[in-house]
Order: sequence, then structure tokens, then C-alpha cells
Amino acid sequence: MKTLNILLSAFRALQRNKMRSFLTMLGIIIGVGAVIAMLAIGQGAEFSVKQQIAALGTNVLMVYPGAQQQAGVRTAAGSAVTLTEDDALAISRECPAVRYLSPGSGAGGQVIAGNLNWSTGIQGVGNDYLEIRQWPIEYGEFFTDQDVKAAAKVCVLGRTVADNLFPETSAVEQTVRIRNVPFKVVGVLTKKGQNANGQDQDDLILAPYSTVIRRLTHWPNLRSILISANSLAEMTTAQKQVTEVLRMRHKIQPYDADDFTVRNQTDLAATATATTEILTILLASIASVSLLVGGIGIMNIMLVSVTERTREIGIRMSIGARSRDILTQFLIEALVLSLLGGITGIILGTVGSSVISSIAKWPTIITPFSVFLSFGFSIAIGIFFGFYPARKAAMLNPIDALRYE
Amino acid sequence: MIHEITTTPAQKDGVLIQINHLTKVYQLGEVDVHALRGVSINVSRGEFVAIMGASGSGKSTFMNILGCLDKPTKGDYFLEGIDVSRLTRDELAAIRNLKIGFVFQGFNLLSRTSALENVELPLFYCSISNKLRKSRAIAAIERVGLGDRIHHYPNQLSGGQQQRVAIARALVNDPSIILADEPTGNLDSRTSVEVMGIFQELNNNGITVILVTHEPDIAQFAKRHIVFRDGKIKSDKFNPNPRIASEVLKELPMIDEEEEAA
Ligand SMILES: Nc1ncnc2c1ncn2[C@@H]1O[C@H](COP(=O)(O)OP(=O)(O)O)[C@@H](O)[C@H]1O
Ligand SMILES: [Mg+2]
Repeated sequence: MKTLNILLSAFRALQRNKMRSFLTMLGIIIGVGAVIAMLAIGQGAEFSVKQQIAALGTNVLMVYPGAQQQAGVRTAAGSAVTLTEDDALAISRECPAVRYLSPGSGAGGQVIAGNLNWSTGIQGVGNDYLEIRQWPIEYGEFFTDQDVKAAAKVCVLGRTVADNLFPETSAVEQTVRIRNVPFKVVGVLTKKGQNANGQDQDDLILAPYSTVIRRLTHWPNLRSILISANSLAEMTTAQKQVTEVLRMRHKIQPYDADDFTVRNQTDLAATATATTEILTILLASIASVSLLVGGIGIMNIMLVSVTERTREIGIRMSIGARSRDILTQFLIEALVLSLLGGITGIILGTVGSSVISSIAKWPTIITPFSVFLSFGFSIAIGIFFGFYPARKAAMLNPIDALRYE
Repeated sequence: MIHEITTTPAQKDGVLIQINHLTKVYQLGEVDVHALRGVSINVSRGEFVAIMGASGSGKSTFMNILGCLDKPTKGDYFLEGIDVSRLTRDELAAIRNLKIGFVFQGFNLLSRTSALENVELPLFYCSISNKLRKSRAIAAIERVGLGDRIHHYPNQLSGGQQQRVAIARALVNDPSIILADEPTGNLDSRTSVEVMGIFQELNNNGITVILVTHEPDIAQFAKRHIVFRDGKIKSDKFNPNPRIASEVLKELPMIDEEEEAA
């Protein structure tokens, strides 16, 4: 029998039992769709984590008050869990491997300019902040070291804030009131856009940390210290030096734990990537189980179909069909089922992941790999689970098949 | 496709089927059922044989072996000089495809498949172009007088029409022999005569026909009568005056075709 004829008659046979064929395909559709969607979600997570980390810069260290986070809970470390301006100054004085340093404090609040207002985050930073983040100024300029020392009431606006408070005019040289304290706008940052999580990175105001502490938070401690090492190679050295200086300043005994946390972005990157990779594998294996169940569904239906069509097999044999004709007929039917299911599943999975993408604001990525994987998997399932029933049909004796009731 | 594997020395020109001491034993649990207890016959080309006998006398068992659908327990079967017992599964399939046309009592058409497609089916299992297949199938359907029903499904055809489709399917590959096991068993008397008319016409054109029937009326259309009893041949006689179906039909009252189909 010619291939085209076999294909046509397979389609016919499946068409004769539309409902049953559809239900069988449903298993494969759901399985393949789930594999595609799960891989898309996992790979999207991997991508967004990598992008976020790249945005932070690779030779960046962050120092936080409080001990190492363990299992998501900061272990209590006594009363003196603080990070002060003097700590920051000591680090920049005593650590040769540290190139730039920016103490950080922060506040949220309502910002008013004329009759417009906008609520955003106000970050208190040092003069080196933009060097560390590698973030250029678009208009005007950044505040000076002098401004930081004098706790001057100056600030730099992110693009979103500038656009919202000064839609018509230039923001530079204008005055904004943050929690009723007037600040002079000295510059506007370049646009960074959304980060991988869909957060607007331009919705912020930068001001000298000293000013934020004195005028806005009225609390002397720092929230964090952002540090960049001289080079990627000196990251470990810088981390060691920072730890030593802080342990000394905080008078920590040799066997006691740190009361601060130094976080290295590359470690963070590795951990986060590993975690998302595990997530991808986990999601994919759950989805594969449903694919397997779909395959067993095909075998089930093909077995029923062989039994139900035993007489048909007998008739075909009585007019000259060979075993291999019957074998190919049933195998092709199983393959057509799983292939149609596979293609529909790929379409459904793709549509599904873009829906997830837009509803959950979660990036999803469909790689050719995941498409080929699930496509190949559905072909394999068709052959594997179709073979047994097909062989069973092909080995029947013509007269036994004909007599079957 | 079929190699002449073994030819009996005794084979004469014109002998189509040669059967010697054929036995068939079915095993039903502990019990052995002797369906055939040593049957020997020769059938020549162009014969029209009717096999008769009581129910359970082994007629169907014999026909199934003739049709290469089943294998004998013992005995020889030569078809056109070929020793059938030595053929592989695939070679038997090719014999069924090319040399034998089988007509069943219950028609055995594929349901939800049009008359034309049913008739085309044997041609799918031999190498033939799609175009030639279609034209040969149409020719076969026209030969049994169903040219106007080629796209009907079996459930839209009367019993007689279904049996004609089955006959068209049996003869589409130009077999040397047509085997029919009680082909009129499910048909009313007029339709039975019509079907016998088709067999007679095929036989007049040189095709060998062997059919099983338990109705003496039907057997009268054949040229030779073989009677089975308890798995053996009880009698084997020539019928000097076969009835002619076309003449018998003229004397039978007409039945409206549409009414019959409903
Ligand atoms: N598949 C089978 N298994 C067991 N016994 C069978 C089978 N087929 C037929 N027989 C037995 O063989 C005998 C001959 O049956 P069969 O050839 O069908 O007779 P007929 O067609 O003349 O009525 C019967 O006794 C029947 O019960
Ligand atoms: Mg019988």
C-alpha cells in the first residue's frame, strides 16, 4: 500500500470515531502543551534572573546590616546590628581593593512640583552611586561630593518621575518638595526601562544619603553600602577587606559570627541561576508525566480499537492484506493521533505561555529546543505505544479475526 | 509474486484444485472436534460446484481451507499446482489477494465505507496505480449491476445489493476462483436468484465458482453437486440440467427495488 493511501485511510479511520480520536489526542495535547508552557516559564525565569544580575554589574558587593540570611530568616545578632556612615567611611579609607563606595539610605514619599504630585521611592546614595551602577545622567549633572558632605537639598530624578512632574518643561533647576522639604533638581537620569520583573527602574529619586538621613528619615543608620571592587579579579580580596574592617569596628570576637552580610553578585547569580534551572527541570518533569499518561491513553485506545476492529482486520486479511499492511495501518493511525496531538499541544502551549506572560507579568521563552523536544516525544510515544496493539492486530489468524464476535 | 513452488506430477491441464485426504480437527478444551475426516476432490477450471449438507457437516471448514483463511490439520491442497501448505503468511495473503475471491454469508463489508471503496480494497494490497484501481473497481461494480450506487454506504444498501458489492470486491482482482459460503443465506428468494444469476454469468465467462448452500433450489443453478456428511463427502454428482437464473427471474413477480431497500 502506498504511503499516501495509508495516511488517507488512517485519517478516515480516525474521522469515523471523531470523539474517541479527540479524547485520545487530548492526553497528548495537554501533555505537550504542559511541557511547552512549563519549559517556557522556567526558561523565562532563568533569563530574567540573569538579566537582573547583569544589570547590577558583576564586580559589585553589597553590605547589609544583620547576619547572613539563613533559610529566609535573619538570625538575631544582638542589639548592635547597625551600619553607620562611619563604617562606610572606614571601608573607603582602609580597603585598597574597593574602588567606589556608596552608602545607602532610603525613604518613600509623596513628591510635589507645582500642582502635580507623584509618589515614589527616594534613595539616599553617595556620590559614586552612578559609577557603580554605570548609569549616565541625561540632563544636568549629578550632585557633587560637596553636596553630600554638606547634606545639600539637591536631587536627581529618574525619567518616569521627571516626565510625570514636569511634563512640559525641563526638570533641571526646578524645585520639588519631598515630604514638604524643598529639593533642587540638578539632573535627570537616562531611561533604563523595565527590569526583567516588569518593574519600572526609572521611577525613583536619588538624593545625597546625608540629606535623606538628616531631612527625611531622621535615623542615622544606613540601609546598605554599595561597593564596587577595582576589578572582577579583586572581588574576593575586596570582600575579605570589607569583612575585616567591619569585624574590627563592630568588635566581633574571633569565633563569633558577622553581624553584617556582604553579598557578592556573582555568587548570587550562580545560586539564582542554579535555582531557576532546577525549577525548569522540575516543571518539565511534572509535564512529562502528563505526556506519558497521554501515551498510555493512546495505547489504551489503540488496544480497544484493535479489539473492536478485529472483524475489519479479518476482512482485510481475507482479501489479501499482509501482516505488515495491518501493522503499518495501526501504527500510522497511532502516529497520526500523536502527531496531531503534538502539533495542537505545541500551539496551545505557545498561546498558553504568552497568556501567562501577559497576565502574570512573567517572562516566558519558547526555545526551538523545547518545541523539538515535545514534538520528538510525541512521535516516540506514538510509535512506542502504538506498536504493541498494532503487532497484536497483525499477528491474528485471518479466520480467527473473521470469526471474532 | 507467487513462485510455482511444488507441482504435483499428477497435475493435468485444467485441474484447478486438487485435494487429497484433507482432515481438520478443532480442539475445544479436552474435546477434539473432527470437522473434516478425509476429503479428496478435484475441481477443474470453469466448473460451478454447489456444496450441500446438513449444518455442522464441515462445509464452512472446507471452504475456509480452500480460501487459504485456515490451515488443514492433515492432507494436501494444491491450488493451480501450488502446494499451499508450504506457503508463508505473506504468500498466502498474496494468494487470497490475486487468485481467490471470497464471498461470505454475512457480506463482510467495511461499514462506513462506500461501495466503491469496499470494492477497491483488494487493489490496495497489490501494486497498481491509483487511476487503474478506480477504473477497475468501477468496472467490477458495473458488472454486478450497481453502477448507480457506487457512493452508497453498506447501511444504505439492501441485503442483495450488499452481497453484490461483496461479489464485485471478490472479482475485482480477476481471481481464478470465487468461493462463496452460503451467499444467499441472508437473502429473500428473488434476490437469491438474482445473485445466482451473477454467479452464473461469471461462470459463463470462465471463472470457477464453488458455493455452499443448504437450499436445494439454489443448488440447482450449479453444474455439480457435492454433498457433505459428518466431515466426509457423501456424494459427488454432475447436474445435467442446471436452472438458468435469467429465465427463472422472468417467471418471478417483480419487487420494487426501492421498497426492498427500505
Ligand atoms: N472454530 C471452531 N472451533 C471448534 N469447533 C468448530 C469450529 N468451527 C467449526 N467447528 C465445528 O466443526 C464442525 C463443522 O462445522 P462447519 O464447518 O461450520 O459446518 P457447516 O458449515 O457445514 O455447518 C461443527 O461440529 C462445528 O461445531
Ligand atoms: Mg457453515
